Amino acid sequence: MKGDVEYKFLIHSEEDDVGVAVSPITQGEKVKGAYLSNRDKLIEVVAQNDIPFGHKIALRDIKEGEFVIKYGEKIGKATRDIKRGEWVHTHNLHSARWFKKEAK
Amino acid sequence: MKTKILGYKRENGKIGIRNYVLIIPVDDISNNACEKVAKNIEGTIAIPHPYGRLQFGRDLDLTFRTLIGTGSNPNVAAAIVIGIEPKWAKYIADGIAKTGKPVAYFSIEKNGVLKTVEMASRKAMEFVEYATSLEKTEAELKDLTIGIKCGESDTTTGLAGNPTAGRIAERLVLSGGTVIFGETSETTGAEHLLAEHFETEALAKEYLKIHREYLKYIEDSGEDLMGSQPTQGNIAGGLTTIEEKALGNILKAGRKEKVKIKSVLDFAEAPKGPGLHFMNSSSAAAEFITLMGAAGATLQLFVTGQGNIVGNPIVPVVKITANPNTAKLMSEHIDVDVSGLLYRELDLDTAADKVMEYMVSVARGKFTRAEILGQKEFVITRLHLTA
Repeated sequence: MKGDVEYKFLIHSEEDDVGVAVSPITQGEKVKGAYLSNRDKLIEVVAQNDIPFGHKIALRDIKEGEFVIKYGEKIGKATRDIKRGEWVHTHNLHSARWFKKEAK
Repeated sequence: MKTKILGYKRENGKIGIRNYVLIIPVDDISNNACEKVAKNIEGTIAIPHPYGRLQFGRDLDLTFRTLIGTGSNPNVAAAIVIGIEPKWAKYIADGIAKTGKPVAYFSIEKNGVLKTVEMASRKAMEFVEYATSLEKTEAELKDLTIGIKCGESDTTTGLAGNPTAGRIAERLVLSGGTVIFGETSETTGAEHLLAEHFETEALAKEYLKIHREYLKYIEDSGEDLMGSQPTQGNIAGGLTTIEEKALGNILKAGRKEKVKIKSVLDFAEAPKGPGLHFMNSSSAAAEFITLMGAAGATLQLFVTGQGNIVGNPIVPVVKITANPNTAKLMSEHIDVDVSGLLYRELDLDTAADKVMEYMVSVARGKFTRAEILGQKEFVITRLHLTA
């Protein structure tokens, strides 16, 4: 972990479904995350996968087809069920605006 | 912290922070002559490009606007234009001459390259004597037009890099400065938020219209942007969707409660006055900065996540990153490391101070990393096929 901070991921907004790893996270690790607006407010999640620096971790269970929120805004739809603590990326999240033509 | 910059006051009153004698090819086949002149005469720089022949309509207009705007940029002391035919070379030289700066044009037809290069070199020599005899004067950052862009973005761009740029945009605009941002297609997914950032309803509508047209152009080509937006670099950096990228992208314009966007600019169009401006533009880094230079930007702030290395022949590019790995692995390309924002070592105001201090030193003559490394990308935006 870099610096003296207790957290390994940051959350943009109170409504967000995902946090962003600011240090690499390992599977099974109990990790803390802080809110950008209040770095003293911490939440704890058990990581379900290794999550590289800069990648997203789910903060709640998300059902397939549900919108995923970051910045308090929709960043796409879950393409499969996502568990709290899971790595969230192209394998389970897709743009709700732009689709691959084959998928249309 | 020094706040005064040292620049060159041009004939039209604008402040430049570099002092180039620019050798501008009108067309692809004049690149060679321009590069030969630049080799002959120290203190000159050529901007070769692959276009200028058989373009027409708004595409040709944009190429001309880009060449005239680049020559007119306050970082340019004097300009030489070389084209195959005299008419268009004269058209570009006349456009630049409106600034009052010394400009001359040469055409290769009926002269050949050798004679043209000799004539242009002698003129360039005069211009370098003129340029290097100019003294710098004190000015303020707000006297500059500053472009803001992000590239090779990742999640640190939205967490920290762009919010820092946004803080700087707010400060510059509130102090009377001129700031331009853009990247039309990369606002997709955040249009509703960006629309609220404009000063008037009419401007918001204008932005939404050009955004729709930009996307329609892409869709009409039968393509989708899934393969290019987000880019492979963005995805490696943790960005999953265009919406996520866009929501981070728009943060560099600052907070809408602090400053409003005053105009929607066409490609390479210079802003009419101070304030925050949105330019319809490509998100490709070299194209974007070329458009900024043509619109009169004399300094470019560039936020990178995964490590874009772009520069420009006449506009110093200050690169900042909030990604500690990029700051380390690509240190020779990064001017200011603001990754401390992720770990409470900096807050947005101290990060903005750090970057602005650096911008001031660049505006007093210090070279940016891109300048030192010789990154000089000049890329004209094209709108359609040639005839």
